Amino acid sequence: MSAEVIATAAYIVAALLFILSLAGLSKHESSRSGVVFGVTGMTIALLATIWLAVQGTWTAATSIGVTLLAVAMLIGAAIGLWRAKVVEMTGMPELIALFHSFVGLAAVLVGWNGALSSPETSSELLGVHHAEVFIGVFIGGVTFTGSIVAYLKLSARMSSRPLVLPGKNILNLGALVVFVGLTVWYVITPELSLLIAVTAVSLLLGWHLVASIGGGDMPVVVSMLNSYSGWAAAAAGFLLNNDLLIVTGALVGSSGAYLSYIMCRAMNRSFFSVIAGGFGIAAPSGDDEEEGEYVEIDAAGAAELLVNASSVVIAPGYGMAVAQAQYPVAELASQLRERGVKVRFGIHPVAGRLPGHMNVLLAEAKVPYDIVLEMDEVNDDLNETTVVLVIGANDTVNPAAAENPASPIAGMPVLRVWEAENVIVFKRSMAPGYAGVANPLFYRDNTRMLFGDAKERVEDILKSM
Amino acid sequence: MALIGIVTEQSNESRVAATPDTVKKLIALGYDVVVESGAGVRASFLDDAYLEAGASVAKDKRAWQADIVLKINAPVDAEIKRLKAGTILICSLSPALNPELLTALSLRGVTALAMDAVPRISRAQSMDVLSSMANIAGYRSVIEAANEFGRFFTGQVTAAGKVPPAKVLVAGAGVAGLAAIGTASSLGAIVRATDPRPEVADQVKSIGGEYIPVDVAEQMVSSDGYAKATSEAYDKRAAEIYSEQAADVDIIITTALIPGRPAPRLITAHDVALMRPGSVIVDMAAAQGGNVEGSEAGKKVVTANGVTILGYTDLPSRLPQQSSQLYGTNLVNLLKLLTPEKNGTLTLDFEDVVQRSVTVVRDGEITWPPPPVQVSAAPAQQAPAEAIEPRVAKKMSPATKGILFTLGIAALFGLFVVAPAPLPQHFLVLMLAIVVGFYVIGKVHHALHTPLMSVTNAISGIVIVAAILQITANDITVQILAAVGVLLASINIFGGFAVTRRMLQMFKKGDAK
Repeated sequence: MSAEVIATAAYIVAALLFILSLAGLSKHESSRSGVVFGVTGMTIALLATIWLAVQGTWTAATSIGVTLLAVAMLIGAAIGLWRAKVVEMTGMPELIALFHSFVGLAAVLVGWNGALSSPETSSELLGVHHAEVFIGVFIGGVTFTGSIVAYLKLSARMSSRPLVLPGKNILNLGALVVFVGLTVWYVITPELSLLIAVTAVSLLLGWHLVASIGGGDMPVVVSMLNSYSGWAAAAAGFLLNNDLLIVTGALVGSSGAYLSYIMCRAMNRSFFSVIAGGFGIAAPSGDDEEEGEYVEIDAAGAAELLVNASSVVIAPGYGMAVAQAQYPVAELASQLRERGVKVRFGIHPVAGRLPGHMNVLLAEAKVPYDIVLEMDEVNDDLNETTVVLVIGANDTVNPAAAENPASPIAGMPVLRVWEAENVIVFKRSMAPGYAGVANPLFYRDNTRMLFGDAKERVEDILKSM
Repeated sequence: MALIGIVTEQSNESRVAATPDTVKKLIALGYDVVVESGAGVRASFLDDAYLEAGASVAKDKRAWQADIVLKINAPVDAEIKRLKAGTILICSLSPALNPELLTALSLRGVTALAMDAVPRISRAQSMDVLSSMANIAGYRSVIEAANEFGRFFTGQVTAAGKVPPAKVLVAGAGVAGLAAIGTASSLGAIVRATDPRPEVADQVKSIGGEYIPVDVAEQMVSSDGYAKATSEAYDKRAAEIYSEQAADVDIIITTALIPGRPAPRLITAHDVALMRPGSVIVDMAAAQGGNVEGSEAGKKVVTANGVTILGYTDLPSRLPQQSSQLYGTNLVNLLKLLTPEKNGTLTLDFEDVVQRSVTVVRDGEITWPPPPVQVSAAPAQQAPAEAIEPRVAKKMSPATKGILFTLGIAALFGLFVVAPAPLPQHFLVLMLAIVVGFYVIGKVHHALHTPLMSVTNAISGIVIVAAILQITANDITVQILAAVGVLLASINIFGGFAVTRRMLQMFKKGDAK
């Protein structure tokens, strides 16, 4: 049996394990075994590949390569494990975005290598090879800078406002056209300068794509970049004739795209405008300033309302993550439950900066997952709810989405918290949310505002109880 | 000032077209009213009451000779002869089913308005006798069933033992069906309902019933508020459901009618045989051929296995006081529309869709059928979603879809023809993997989105394989670049798996508390 045959067998096993891993992560019960499958699959794939790389005649280049490999893997593993260990759960979105950028950059490097190392293929395949290099570099480049921008936006090192360049759609389209043109050119006359040019174009495109999307839409973007990183791996597979890369890359790519699609539907966004970058953001109409009187409440008053309530729904948002309020919120929920109050969490599909962001935070604070419900599961019960606590959520509870057709977020499904008997909104100030839309909820008769840091306020309520 | 005549119905009809209460309203519209003596007796409205309301009572043919004659049922031949030419007759006529009747009326030279041809639009709801009578019939069907049924409807625990609640299946959740569901559930029965229109599920639930969907890939959204005929696959599945239910329930009430067509057969003799002795079926469509095999219009039938099938066609008439009042009010509302000046002069405006629809004979000329009226009784289904963002998934016609599909296949073939050796195999692998990736996360729990993403992120670190394969190349630049790639991808792999693990360890179920 040759090394290739064994490697192929190992690759099949690894690919199956990856599929099982993704399937496992669709359910709570099987999620942990899903990770084990993934790790096993990766280990098998790595061992088979390393063996494949070193077999054959041992040369000086091989020794250098193996040394480099060992050193690079050790350093990478150390960094990865360290980051994974120290990251705050609230910083998860940034970390994942950053990880995506690594895959993108690695794909670019692989593409460059493919161009630099002269391939021993027939002239017929040479053109194909050149095209594959370009496609790989292009997807990798877009993923790389796109993820970097997403990372910067999520970690608030860059303004979350969408960048609106004149004719941004033309720019995006133009970049694609240039890419196709360069590819054709490179297939005919392979020159290094063209490779540099395509890399630059892809990096700029990735930057522009994500920069022109507002921070509020980041969950979809992160998931989309996840998909791109998969396609980058698949492109590398074509370049190196490696089926494992193609299978795994396509798996990640299509599952990521589907996940983004699910989220787009939840937000009533068009899927294609996400892939194209920039959600066709309409300028917020200035005349919908629904100013009015808002009524404040203090922690003691809120505590009294909660203790006497028969049912409470908590609608958390990004603000809860920012304030690290998940622990006191969980404590509040468990104390209320002990007093016989029916407590549930209503999670909007795009609450937070990452799909499922709120679920992760609440799980971290040991909130049992069976009282954490989806928007659709809880929306119809809201009119029978005594108190809704809106903690750091804004756009996802904005009645304008349902009632004001002129609103920029019109038609987006929202948690209908205003139907409850009382609504208590935790907020730092009266500033609008990420979408930059005024929220008429704050001026409703049944709404009470509780200003200040969400964590401190929740702790105050706990004391008053 | 026109004279309205209220006439006595045939002996099998207990209702009357006006009650003392509605007579007052007719007079307020400027009309004179004459009531045939004894017309309201069977509905417990005596002549004196009509006199008190301001009508005159006539023992002779005066009511039949009036300018406007109000009636419940379509006139029989003898009754048509009593009408004078030029009279306006207003009653239920079932114009679609009775072409001979229309001919007879036109020969007599009268104008005939059919109360049961009122279009189903919001404005005309107050004149819709089909709705008002169906409501009563639905109520009465449950009462009739209870009368025949040998047990309580409600479950009870008594000193003499435990009584299970009756189970009722209502087929068709139109007005009659909904009334039956409401009545049966208020008596304490367990009520289930079927209907081909899934949008009625909420209505059924709202009055205490449980909606049983017929789970085939077909949805019926009615454009005119009435149910339509159904497809073959649907009928097959529905038949299975009826068989299952027949074996389980105690009482079945069928209300399925399709306008202008014989009633659909829902319950077969086989289904009836499955029912327990003492069970009751009320076939409210018996007059139109029946939903139930073996039902007879107007009769009570007891099958060999002791199931009672009621085919009564006069259910509203069995509640004559109530139904006369509602029918009479429907008539008053129609006359209000026809008497805009309130001066006792009836005018027919054919520009008005309601007046056009109800008029089936005008001055001896048949004007049935009217031009179709499209009304939306269907709920505004997708409408709210179309608010601002243009929806991408525009519905493509099957033809467009087919063409695109064929083009896609042709493109793939073309690609494979020109692509050199290893590429087609790679494409095959790529396509299959895409499909698998799509399906494998199809039902992901929303709470697991983040862990799923971080694990796919770790898996996409597989790009390390490419870098490893390049790291042994005979070129130091390539080797260094590959090493950087390995380093980056390793961060991804190890970091991704570790962080996923950490996240998942936090998820736990509530019971632990």
